[in-house]
Amino acid sequence: MLENLDALLLARIQFAFTVSFHFFFPAFSIGLASYLAVLEGLWLKTGKSVYLDLFKYWLKIFAIAFAMGVVSGIVMSYQFGTNWSVFSDKAGPVIGPLMAYEVLTAFFLEAGFLGVMLFGMNKVGKKLHFAATLMVALGTFVSAFWILSVNSWMQTPTGYFIAENGQFMPGESWMEIIFNPSFPYRLVHTVMAAYLTTAFVVGAVGAWHLLKDRANPHARKMFSMAMWMAAIVTPAQIFAGDMHGLNTLEHQPAKVMAMEGHYQSHPEGAPLILFGIPDSEAKTVRYAIEIPKASSFILKHDWNAPLKGLDTVPDELEPPVGTVFWSFRIMVGIGFAMLGIGLWSLWGRVRGRLYDMPWLHRAAVLMGPSGFAAVLAGWITTEVGRQPFVVYGLLRTADAASPLDAPAVAASLLAFVLVYFTVFGIGVWYILKLMGKAPHPGEYGVKRGDIGPIRTAGITPGPTQNPGGEETLPTHAPDEKEGV
Amino acid sequence: MDLTVIWAFIIAFAVFAYVVMDGFDLGIGILFPTFKAGRERDRAMNSIAPVWDGNETWLVLGGGGLFAAFPLAYAVILPATYPLIIAMLLGLVFRGVAFEYRWRDPGHQKFWDMAFTGGSFVAALAQGMTLGALLQGIDVVNRAYAGSWFDWLTPYTLLTGLGTVAGYALLGSTWLIWKLDGDEQAHARTLAIRWGAATIVLMGAVSLYNIALNAEYAARWLSAPEIYYVAPVPILTAIVALSMLRAILKDRNSKPFWLGIALFFLGMSGLGVTIWPYAVPESVTIWEAAAPYRSQAFMLVGVALTLPLIIAYTAWAYWVFRGKVADEGYH
Repeated sequence: MLENLDALLLARIQFAFTVSFHFFFPAFSIGLASYLAVLEGLWLKTGKSVYLDLFKYWLKIFAIAFAMGVVSGIVMSYQFGTNWSVFSDKAGPVIGPLMAYEVLTAFFLEAGFLGVMLFGMNKVGKKLHFAATLMVALGTFVSAFWILSVNSWMQTPTGYFIAENGQFMPGESWMEIIFNPSFPYRLVHTVMAAYLTTAFVVGAVGAWHLLKDRANPHARKMFSMAMWMAAIVTPAQIFAGDMHGLNTLEHQPAKVMAMEGHYQSHPEGAPLILFGIPDSEAKTVRYAIEIPKASSFILKHDWNAPLKGLDTVPDELEPPVGTVFWSFRIMVGIGFAMLGIGLWSLWGRVRGRLYDMPWLHRAAVLMGPSGFAAVLAGWITTEVGRQPFVVYGLLRTADAASPLDAPAVAASLLAFVLVYFTVFGIGVWYILKLMGKAPHPGEYGVKRGDIGPIRTAGITPGPTQNPGGEETLPTHAPDEKEGV
Repeated sequence: MDLTVIWAFIIAFAVFAYVVMDGFDLGIGILFPTFKAGRERDRAMNSIAPVWDGNETWLVLGGGGLFAAFPLAYAVILPATYPLIIAMLLGLVFRGVAFEYRWRDPGHQKFWDMAFTGGSFVAALAQGMTLGALLQGIDVVNRAYAGSWFDWLTPYTLLTGLGTVAGYALLGSTWLIWKLDGDEQAHARTLAIRWGAATIVLMGAVSLYNIALNAEYAARWLSAPEIYYVAPVPILTAIVALSMLRAILKDRNSKPFWLGIALFFLGMSGLGVTIWPYAVPESVTIWEAAAPYRSQAFMLVGVALTLPLIIAYTAWAYWVFRGKVADEGYH
């Protein structure tokens, strides 16, 4: 028994570890693919080379981030079977088809057009290349659509029935499964989170180079674009998050109780606990700083509305309160810090001093990784908040794991930890190195063989050398003899 | 024909597409240390850089499709081959990032080239051994894997693993005959002959072992009247193998590659004959493992709509990067 428990815990840690690492990359590449499409579109529309330079600058970074997303994503698609085989067997008929649709409509689209996007500018012409960029961006969005539908179904399952052999079976309508109650909220909230994550990375890189040279037109352009995103999307995201919270209250009340730290029911208006230390043994939040009745106001739009607490939930069905409580506060705190940056930038813009505010730039650099932290905290809130269930209310996590021995899972967990920290750590370092170089006129795109002896042309060609952004290296001449 | 059979063929197609397409990518990885650092390695890698990601996606379709159409098979096979699957995934991590990382820092290139080879080799070996573990049979009790976590390690699975490594190296070298020229093409030709011979020998060995492994497999191939239906497979295989070796010696373009793919096609058809109609040999048939009709039908609509498009734009991407690889690579 003890051994089984250990294997279960190890499998949960392994899934949490690999999925957390994995999600950093799509969170960044969903936003970055769209940003690249916008940059290329603006370049085609205006003909201004600053957009093409920025496109090529970010394309190099995208290539690395995307590769990390691909390899860590394949791990996820097999982990359901390796570590959660009972879940796979039972839920496969319902969520398997959605994941198959993700492969068919998203993964192939991204992968099929990625090669042309990265390497094909001089081979297919500008318009077709732009089409390829759009397809990659569309692919990242469609991928988010399907996988969030799957995740949402696990949170708020609808449209199924349970067969005699214990499998979840699809009911009459697939629409009921795909568009389950929490899906629209989760989709909007997650995709906007990805856009904000990217915007704050782009903003930080722009700000970093503005701090070094506030006249750099490329740094100005990307900083300005990122700050528009911060100012416009952050309020929308806070609103969407609030809607998502209300949806969770309706369908997964225990999760909201844990988020709020409400161990007790409050029949006459529940307080909003800003901070405190949840103590699940004593069923109280110690050292709580709270605003009376404010939680009822936020969740029910009525200061005196009654709210149930975890005292109405059997102990063994309670999610771990401390984790959910804190991760939720981290996410919300970062959200409001983002809003602060957005408003600060608006104020600077109104005064015409957006590029002359070193303190704003320093703050933007500091906020560069904040989107990743917020996204991770948000996922911890929703996933840990679903516990002890893997399919909410129906299948417990403890009953979903593979029949594996603890040593097997421990060994694989160790391998994942070592490999991920090494491989992705180095990848992030390469990305930071690219970000550390200032974008410049005549920026190179993704090239192969551009290091070593071939690079004699120099990596920083002057503005005159490359005004239209055409590559200076010889282009590939198709072999006449060749056919396919 | 019922949907379950259609789905068995769709999964088989996805696995076949994966094996030949990522097969030549992994093969190039396996052969990488034999290429000279510099121009030869750069060109070899550039020949697959724009397409490897699309090729690898077929693995996700194979795995995801199995999950969706045959959830019980997915839930049994993956725990049974747990260490192999994990090794394959980690191998693919190293192989995949090496495409980007090796260009980022000249001082690190040697390391990432080694990672590219190590990752490719481990992934290929693990895939071949997984196939062997499936063919030799898996203990299933009460809808779950009931063996221990080293059942997959036997002389037979080592043989299937090595056969896969050799086969991928063959595909990789024939791809390079197509994409390279000059001395580098001559080198690819030498490699293709060597690995082609190894592949043929190992394929033969696995086939004989299959017959010795299991009386039911033997009956499938050796008793009348089945033998009249299945005999064309080994005969065609012999013909294709010989023409492939001949093409490797003479042809400058794609012929050896296509014949290599034909060899794989025949090999996989043979495996299909061997294991039909089981999803997990002797434990779970495809009908027992199948998802309900409604799941299969819903996905079939998706496949019918998207697969032709996927094939079309994948072919287009290959067409864009057609021809011999230029020195400096793509940009």
